[in-house]
Amino acid sequence: MNDSEPENLGAHSRRTFFKSLGTVAATAATSQVRSVAAELEKVNAESLIGPGAVPVTLKVNGEKLKLMLEPRVTLLDALRNYSSLTGAKEGCDRATCGACTVLLGDTPVYSCSKLAIEAQGQDITTVEGLAKKGNLTKVQQAFLQKDALMCGYCTPGFLMSVTALLRKNPHPNADDVKHACAGNICRCGTQPRILQAALAAAGVHTASKTEVVNYV
Amino acid sequence: MSSWPADTKYISHSTARIDAPAKLTGSARYASDIQEKGWLYGMILRSKWPSAKITAVNLDKARAIPGIKAAVVARDGEFNIRYYGEEIAAVAGTSKQACLDALRAIEVTADVRHEFVVNETEGLKADSPRVWENAPNAPAPHVRENGNVDTAFADCTAVSEGFYTTPVQIHNPMETHGNTVSWTDEGVTAWASTQGITSVRDGLAGALQLDHSKVRVITEYMGGGFGAKFGPGVEGVLAAKLSKSAGAPVRLMLTRFDQALAVGNRPSSFQKIKIGASADGMLQAFEAENYGTAGIGGGADAGGGGGGADIPMPYIYKVPNTRVKQSAVAINAGSARAFRAPGHPPASYGMESAMDDLAAKLGMDPLELRLKNDPNEIRQREYKVGAEKFGWKQKYQKPGSSPGVVKTGIGCAGGAWGGSRGDRNTQGDAQINPDGSVELRLGVQDIGTGTRTVIAVIAAEMLGLKPEQITVRVGDTNFPYGPGSGGSTTCPSVSPTVFDICTKALAQLQTQTGVADARGENWFAACKKLGVTPLTVHGQWQQGLSTDHACGVQFAEVEVDTETGLVTLKKMLGVHDCGLIINQVTLESQINGGIIMGMGYALYEERVMDDLSGVVLNPNFETYKMPGMADVPEIEIVLINMPERGVIGIGEPSLVPTAGAIANAVFNAIGVRVGSLPITPAKVLAALGKVPPAVHA
Repeated sequence: MNDSEPENLGAHSRRTFFKSLGTVAATAATSQVRSVAAELEKVNAESLIGPGAVPVTLKVNGEKLKLMLEPRVTLLDALRNYSSLTGAKEGCDRATCGACTVLLGDTPVYSCSKLAIEAQGQDITTVEGLAKKGNLTKVQQAFLQKDALMCGYCTPGFLMSVTALLRKNPHPNADDVKHACAGNICRCGTQPRILQAALAAAGVHTASKTEVVNYV
Repeated sequence: MSSWPADTKYISHSTARIDAPAKLTGSARYASDIQEKGWLYGMILRSKWPSAKITAVNLDKARAIPGIKAAVVARDGEFNIRYYGEEIAAVAGTSKQACLDALRAIEVTADVRHEFVVNETEGLKADSPRVWENAPNAPAPHVRENGNVDTAFADCTAVSEGFYTTPVQIHNPMETHGNTVSWTDEGVTAWASTQGITSVRDGLAGALQLDHSKVRVITEYMGGGFGAKFGPGVEGVLAAKLSKSAGAPVRLMLTRFDQALAVGNRPSSFQKIKIGASADGMLQAFEAENYGTAGIGGGADAGGGGGGADIPMPYIYKVPNTRVKQSAVAINAGSARAFRAPGHPPASYGMESAMDDLAAKLGMDPLELRLKNDPNEIRQREYKVGAEKFGWKQKYQKPGSSPGVVKTGIGCAGGAWGGSRGDRNTQGDAQINPDGSVELRLGVQDIGTGTRTVIAVIAAEMLGLKPEQITVRVGDTNFPYGPGSGGSTTCPSVSPTVFDICTKALAQLQTQTGVADARGENWFAACKKLGVTPLTVHGQWQQGLSTDHACGVQFAEVEVDTETGLVTLKKMLGVHDCGLIINQVTLESQINGGIIMGMGYALYEERVMDDLSGVVLNPNFETYKMPGMADVPEIEIVLINMPERGVIGIGEPSLVPTAGAIANAVFNAIGVRVGSLPITPAKVLAALGKVPPAVHA
């Protein structure tokens, strides 16, 4: 609405705010603060980019993606709306649901809360980059076998979280899996099956507890 | 009459979801993934006021934002806003960033009203601000009376009175509502995140004044709905208008924030229940007064009141003397929509809580009380099978007798779901090609329940092929008619239809090729005899292969920390009647899903509104809590196999008893009733007298 948002931010652009903060910080006497000040000086020394579109190069699933993006474009937005990589999903756009999870190197991150320009120079893996030449990875196969997906919208995020876990810890226990998936939400209720799938991908097989009883 | 084959290779076994590879590799295209050539991003401006008259909306500055290609108002002329989050205008542009800028540039002139009500108890009062000018917020209650309640209570040995409340629950499908819409001279194509492609088609055609034949709706994949995604929604109509104005396809998906405000929820319930039994435990009298809100409600414009907040009472029990009074209260909040088993989870929770409270008064095991009073034979069987598997007898202790700081408790509850035998108008085609490949086309949609897989399993069984040899196409209004996915009726709609298609295909193949039995190993030879022309067969729903009225009971085991108030759900057992099991693995997933959603309802979920500002305080996932993997307990499932009943849907029945079972387990653990969902630590501590109860302003 037009009445609540100030149009002019005056002197308080992000950089000048940092500068003034830096000045204050540098006058303080502790070494910790001095290091913060040094960090801020570094930030201030960087050249200003934006607010218009700037060239951004992302390395996604081993391929270079050259885009023109405003610096405020998130990695998720860049993938889904500026390229055809729609595998990572938008569920909340505020780092609470995990549907947008991608790997930066081996680390799972919420791509909705990472700016695309910040992800430059890193190896980004999305769900599209898991299966090589159509061969599902162990984790994907386990998801298929355990029916660890229903509507499938949260699935790419869970796959990335579980994949990252198994790269770091090839023999996780149930608690490790729960911890790794703590940042992912599913509304259909696939959590028990994802847990089983993650363990199965690590070679631990859990038996089904379902019993079929005849009525008569 | 038709009947299902007895010895089966795929039906009643488990086939992996056939669309799993697409969903696991990111190649499945959801409505929110559609990138039509030249597509634009769309967004909606919503009211920040719960009540206002919009007198002018100026879109000029928004249209001037670079990249913006279209801007439209939600309604022409002056219009009323009745809840926080109601639509005012929408924009479409070449990027999300342009749209965000444009939303800020829209100038809205409004007479803001400071009189509004977002609390149903306040809304009930005669002097509360009216949501609809010409009608009271709460119309006269609906009253149903049987026998003589007052006399019957006087004769009861034990009478229990309680107040049980359930919150407004938000659907929160992982994919928000929305569509990609392309409106050209030839008509409208909408890629919709919907449970009902036909209802979206008809809704769009109506709103845009187009022939049904000029609107095509496609839903290849969609990210959950749970009852909230049947029509095109305001957002679908706005996307179409933006598309026409811009001359380009528009993808307009709601934000998570939008989703929490404007596109559905489960009505609340405030149930005052009095229940009485004779010394032998037989129910004699029941009285309930319930009110709840469905927000501004459906169709409230004419009659006032919310509507849709009634619940079936005394639920699954037959009580000779009953009086039930119900009112729906309109408040300034987004309208309710169908939500997985509408009316049943609150009814099961209220009634089953009252049953356990009564059992305590009678000094009776609550399972015993159910077995005495539940008239349904299938549930009787389910309780017995479940109790044995769960170890009820060994685990049961009198309420509150668990020692120590962390107390354990168990509880059970029952549920029912009418559903239907399926939509008898369901149709489908099979195209059988000379190379033996088979394609089935049905105008239904797979909302994540496994409908595609069910179709493949049945076709494979009937034709003597493997499920992977069947190509299933759903989610397109160009295919023969299929119903919306609601009421747990998709499986009983499509299964008999596929049965019929395949039966006809085999008969036709015999006629055309002379092969007496084209199934299995004869398949390819028979198809080859078709020459160059594929065989197309049309089939439709057939009677006698499906049924309705599913029953289920669930058992819960909890730990309650009496110092922190935290409830930990340790175990759930769901015992469900599924008729003929089509595909066991996807069926189990549905039951898991129902139980987990019910767990959220019992322990975490609640829409919180601010009385003073009228806003929804938790329109996101950090403050609206849903179960995560670490919360989910061990879940065991018992399927009561009744193939003679035919196919039954399970999506809804699996959710119904969960909250009641958990609430009763908490009562059993601590010996006092927490009569309000969600059962939060604060409420547990208040029930234990350790902190004062929350006071509502």
